[in-house]
Amino acid sequence: MNASHRPWRQRLAYHFQHGDVLWWVLLFLSAFAIVGLVLWIAWQLWVQSAPSRHAFGWNFIWPWVKPVWNPALDKFQAWPAIYGSLITAAIALVLAVPLALGIAIFLSELAPDWLRAPLNSMVEMLAAIPSVVYGLWGIYVFLPLVVVPLGKALEPLGHVPGIGIFFKGPTPASGFTRLGAALVLVIMILPTIAAVSRDVLQAIPRSQREAAMSLGATRWETIWKVLLPYGQSGILGAIILGFGRAIGETMAVTMVIGNSAGGGYSILKPGYTMASIIANEFAEAVSDMHTSALMEIGLVLFALTLLLNALARWLVVNRTIKRA
Amino acid sequence: MQPHLNITEPSRAAATASSLKMEVRHLSVTYKTSRAVKAIDLPVYENRVLAIIGPSGCGKSTLLRALNRMNDLIPGARVEGEVLLDGENIYAPGQDVVDIRRRVGMVFQRPNPFPMSVYDNVAFGPRLLGLRKKSVLDEIVEQSLRSAALWEQVKDHLGQSGMALSGGQQQRLCIARTIAMEPEVILMDEPTSALDPMATLTIEDLIQRLKENYTIVIVTHNMQQAARISDFTAFLNMDSDRAGYLVEFGPTVDVFTNPKEKLTEDYITGRFG
Repeated sequence: MNASHRPWRQRLAYHFQHGDVLWWVLLFLSAFAIVGLVLWIAWQLWVQSAPSRHAFGWNFIWPWVKPVWNPALDKFQAWPAIYGSLITAAIALVLAVPLALGIAIFLSELAPDWLRAPLNSMVEMLAAIPSVVYGLWGIYVFLPLVVVPLGKALEPLGHVPGIGIFFKGPTPASGFTRLGAALVLVIMILPTIAAVSRDVLQAIPRSQREAAMSLGATRWETIWKVLLPYGQSGILGAIILGFGRAIGETMAVTMVIGNSAGGGYSILKPGYTMASIIANEFAEAVSDMHTSALMEIGLVLFALTLLLNALARWLVVNRTIKRA
Repeated sequence: MQPHLNITEPSRAAATASSLKMEVRHLSVTYKTSRAVKAIDLPVYENRVLAIIGPSGCGKSTLLRALNRMNDLIPGARVEGEVLLDGENIYAPGQDVVDIRRRVGMVFQRPNPFPMSVYDNVAFGPRLLGLRKKSVLDEIVEQSLRSAALWEQVKDHLGQSGMALSGGQQQRLCIARTIAMEPEVILMDEPTSALDPMATLTIEDLIQRLKENYTIVIVTHNMQQAARISDFTAFLNMDSDRAGYLVEFGPTVDVFTNPKEKLTEDYITGRFG
C-alpha cells in the first residue's frame, strides 16, 4: 500500500518510523551548526575588536610601525605577536618536516615488524601528551639543557650581515626565547606530521611498490621516486596540519616564550605569539581598549588559520585534479 | 564438453628447437605459515611463451614471482631450490636483486602505472639506469610505446597522466614501461584478467609479437588464452597440503590435445578448477 493513501497519523508515524524526515532534519541541523558557529565566532571577534580597529587602523598589524604595547596609555600594536607566531611556526616546520618524514618513511617502509608496533604507539603517545606538560618539561628540562647552550652557540651569527638581526644576543639565562618556543613546537608537531604522513604512505597501493621494484628500483629509489610523489598531496596536508597546530598552540608556548611585547626580530630574545599574548593578558585586561586589541589579535589569528586551511584545501584539490 | 582449441601444427614446431633461457630446479617457496609451491622443475625456453595454468590458489603467481625474486618483498617468504637465468642461480649469495629484476621484467594483474605522465612512466626505468639525455630517452620512449602497440594512441599526449588512459591502454603502458628496460624475460601475472575482451585480444596479439625479442612467462586463468598464445604449458595443481606442484609440462599442443596425465585432462576439459 502506498504511504500517501493512509490517514495522516499513520503517514506521520511512517515517516518517523523509517526516520527519513527526522534524519534529514537532524543532519541538516548538525551541518548547519558548524557554519553557524564559525560565523558567530567571526562576527563576535569583528564586533568586539571594533574600538581597536577604529583607533589603530591598519597600523595595528603593520610590520614597519614602531611597536608599542602599553595598556596604561591604551596604545597597542600587534606586529611583534604576529611575527612571533610566524617565526616560531616557520622554524618549527623547517626542523620538524624532514624529521617527521624520516619517521614516517621508516615506520611505513623500513621498520621490521617487531619495532613497528612499539614505535607507532610511541608516536601516537607523543601526540597525546597535554601541551601544559610539554610547557612544564620545557621550562625545567628543555630550556636549560638544550635551548640555552644552543642560543649561546648561535649568538656569533648575530654579527653576520643580513641574517644578523635574527640572532642578536645575549640569550637570557632562563632560556625563555622565541627559539625555545619554536623548538618545543618542533616536538609537538612532529608526531602529527609523522603519523599523518605514515598513514598516507601506508595507504599507497602495494602495486606501486611492486611496479617500481620490478623495474629494478632499489628501496630508496622506490621511496623517493614513486612513494613520495604519489603521496605528495597527502603529505602536504600533513605539513599544513602541523603548521596549523604550531600557529595555534597556546599553553606550551606561553610557558616558554618569555611573554615580552618587545619588538626586534631576534629568535634569541623573549617574545609573544598571537595565541600566547591573548592567553597571558586577557585576565588582566582592565581597559576596554586592551580587551578590544586582544580581540583583534584573535581576529587576525582566526583569519590566518582560515586562510591556511583554504590554501591547504586548494593545494590538495589542485594537485589531485592535475594527477587524475 | 571439449573446449574449442585453436592449435595448429606450426606451433608444435615453434615449441621445439630453442635454447634454455631459465630453468627452475626443485623449487619450493614457503610463506610464514604455509608452503606455497613445492619441488617444481621447469624449463623456460628462449623466445617462447610459457603459460602457467592451474586452479586458484595453486601457487601460479608464487612460482612466477620466484623467477625475478619478487617474493623477496613478502616478509617471511623462504625459497629453496634454484632458479637459473642463463645458467646462473639467481638465488645464489652475492646476486644483485636489482640487476635480476632489470633482466627479468614483470607485468602485473592490475595495470599499475605511476601517477605521472605517459612519458615519465616509460622513461622511469631508463632514468633509474642513469640515462638523462633527452634525445636518447625520447627514442626509448617511442620505441617502447611502439612495441607495446600504444604509440599511435598516445604520441600526441605524452604529457598526460598515465592514469587517465583506459584499462587496456594502461596495461600496454605497463608493458611499454617494462620493455623500456630492455629485459630478457618478461613475466606476466594474469595481465588481461582486469580487461575487457577487446583489450584482452590486443594484449594477446602483442604477446605474440613480443616473443620475437623476449622470452615470456605468463600466468593465466583462461585456458583458451593459454592455448592461443603459448608455445609451452605448465599445469600446476594444489596438493592435499595446499602446496602447488607441477602436474605436467610440455608443448602446449600436446598438453591440450594429448595430455599425459588424467588430472590435466580433467582440468582442461573443465571437470574441476
